[in-house]
Amino acid sequence: MESGTIKDHAELAADFNKDEARVDWHDETLWWIRQKRDKSIHQIPEWEALREMGSQIKNNVLANLDKYLLQFEANALANGVKIHWAADAKEHNQIVLSLLREQSLSRMVKSKSMLTEECGLNEYLEHNGIQVIDSDLGERIVQLAKEAPSHIVLPCIHKKKEEIGELFHQHLGTPKGNSDPQFLTDTARAHLREIFLTRKVALTGVNFAVAETGEIVVCTNEGNADMGANLADVHIASMGIEKIIPERRHLGVFLRLLTRSATGQPITTYSSHFKKPAEGKEMHIILVDNGRSEQLGREDFRNSLKCIRCGACMNTCPVYRRSGGHSYHSAIAGPIGSILAPNLDMKKYADLPFASTLCGSCTNVCPVKIDIHDQLYKWRQVIVKNGYAPETKKVAMKVMSWTLASPTAYHTAGKAARLLLKYAPFTVNNKLNLWYKHRDMPAPPEQSFGEWYKANRNKG
Amino acid sequence: MTVGLFIPCYVDQFYPGAAIATLQLLEKLGVKVVYPQNQTCCGQPMANSGFEHLTGGCNDLFIKNFAEFDYVVAPSGSCALHLKQHLHDESQPEVAAKLRTNIYELTSFLTDVLKVEELPARFPHKVGVHQSCHGQRGLHLSQMSELVAPGFSKPGRLLNMVKDIEIIPLNRIDECCGFGGTFCVAEEAVSVKMGVDRVADHLQHGAEYITGVDMSCLMHMEGILNREGSKVKVLHIAEILNGE
Repeated sequence: MESGTIKDHAELAADFNKDEARVDWHDETLWWIRQKRDKSIHQIPEWEALREMGSQIKNNVLANLDKYLLQFEANALANGVKIHWAADAKEHNQIVLSLLREQSLSRMVKSKSMLTEECGLNEYLEHNGIQVIDSDLGERIVQLAKEAPSHIVLPCIHKKKEEIGELFHQHLGTPKGNSDPQFLTDTARAHLREIFLTRKVALTGVNFAVAETGEIVVCTNEGNADMGANLADVHIASMGIEKIIPERRHLGVFLRLLTRSATGQPITTYSSHFKKPAEGKEMHIILVDNGRSEQLGREDFRNSLKCIRCGACMNTCPVYRRSGGHSYHSAIAGPIGSILAPNLDMKKYADLPFASTLCGSCTNVCPVKIDIHDQLYKWRQVIVKNGYAPETKKVAMKVMSWTLASPTAYHTAGKAARLLLKYAPFTVNNKLNLWYKHRDMPAPPEQSFGEWYKANRNKG
Repeated sequence: MTVGLFIPCYVDQFYPGAAIATLQLLEKLGVKVVYPQNQTCCGQPMANSGFEHLTGGCNDLFIKNFAEFDYVVAPSGSCALHLKQHLHDESQPEVAAKLRTNIYELTSFLTDVLKVEELPARFPHKVGVHQSCHGQRGLHLSQMSELVAPGFSKPGRLLNMVKDIEIIPLNRIDECCGFGGTFCVAEEAVSVKMGVDRVADHLQHGAEYITGVDMSCLMHMEGILNREGSKVKVLHIAEILNGE
């Protein structure tokens, strides 16, 4: 939408759509996950009540976030955990670097954390001479490909197994042409095992932080967070301040919601609780704001902070499935990314709330009932009011609203359009008309309904 | 009961058949229908593009044209939803509020207000039903596949009253067609791909016609069908329900 060298969602999506077979494959893969989700939730008759409960617990958290954060901090400190507060991405990254420098270490292993993607941690550390190895298989793959994750739960969902085989051949020395998933997974496992055994600092994300106990819960299917955190001397856990839940029993709601929504599994393979450092080891938790307080202050967009990062809105989104995660040019793609990103940089992400048909499927699958599509609509209004609409669109909308506010202008314009289509179709049916590129125009009727009505029903 | 008939602007200009069928169907069911001739548009094209602040003129005009009626009926889920959510008038808020309540999309007016139980229609064809998102997820015309909740369909109930009609199954029962208002040109590539995929689902199951409550989705799918040289036609649901 904004002109310049950076491509917007529509342009990136058009690039993605140049390979239709690949779009079909991407769409069908994610739709299969949506179907797995449907199958799994239909085994729970109380599913909608569970969503409502998840939503209400999160509403409570957001309404009392200050209180719960302080309670969490006090309990974590009492458990022997070191707490750090980071106002923004930069502070977060500096804290991680200083912890590594304290240990005189230049290597770190990291399990999946979308927050560190949001903060650009890997890049920052690499600039400072630190080697970071991602241990989540999907993240390791995109790391080897020097790409960003395209999905928050399935980071390399955009990659075909043959492409992964080639990457492994280049970086891990597997035989060329071997793309057997089991073989590649075994290779990654052996490669990562060596990393886990030799890294003294491990960083993990946080799915839930329990205020009542000061513990954090990390959910993975690969056990890589556990391997990293338990083998290292120092465990750093990075979390957004919205990850708080009040009590441990609330996990009984969220752990049921999370993975059913994400992949259709009843629960993650590993739902690991980290409460205190082991004897002789250190545990650090970094609580990161990075725009969350500002979003909390935006009444219309506040409840986007309820998100538990399941990715269901991406899997169901017909636009995401056909445009790919990278078309959102933001750490978090898809519908949820499109309502979170403009809070961080309204100009840069002005295109994202428009990358939707407002079909509403995202809102319906959201396990914590975020009104995602309504927020997309509201962001559009905010973005236009802040002056981030393209000039051509501003002019077109003014002309359109003027025409539609006047019956005479409307009737004249309508008749002109129909006559043009009928007698001079070449003025409309050409490549300047984006509708016509792949779609025929409707056949112009002799009469509008209004003209028919006047002629047949209301001759006076 | 007098019903004010609201015909969406693009239906007025390009699909008068859908509007005539809506009028005739309501009259056939004994309703007194008036079509205010100075109506234009609900304002949605501006609002969904982020320019809701430019819809004041459309709102004023709509209120002027329709304030007097018991009900307003529109053969469109999308326009009805927009009006239900966004019609307002600071100088007479109660008039706008009453209109927001009294505006109905056609099929829900038939099932919920007129409580239609039978129709004299016949349509001996294989028909694919497109669930337009604003009607379905916005106005709850049909149950949504994302939820764990009992199934229902207002348009489906009405179509089942039509003699000799065969409703075909679909792989994805309520996937968006990709029209999306200005999305259809702003995001041309994705919009077209969504439309191509939606149409393919109907074709694969042998549809002779694709119908729905919103002509906008159907216009988009028709554009794709015609470009592909398909013989399959689109028809607004009113034209089937009003059939012989």
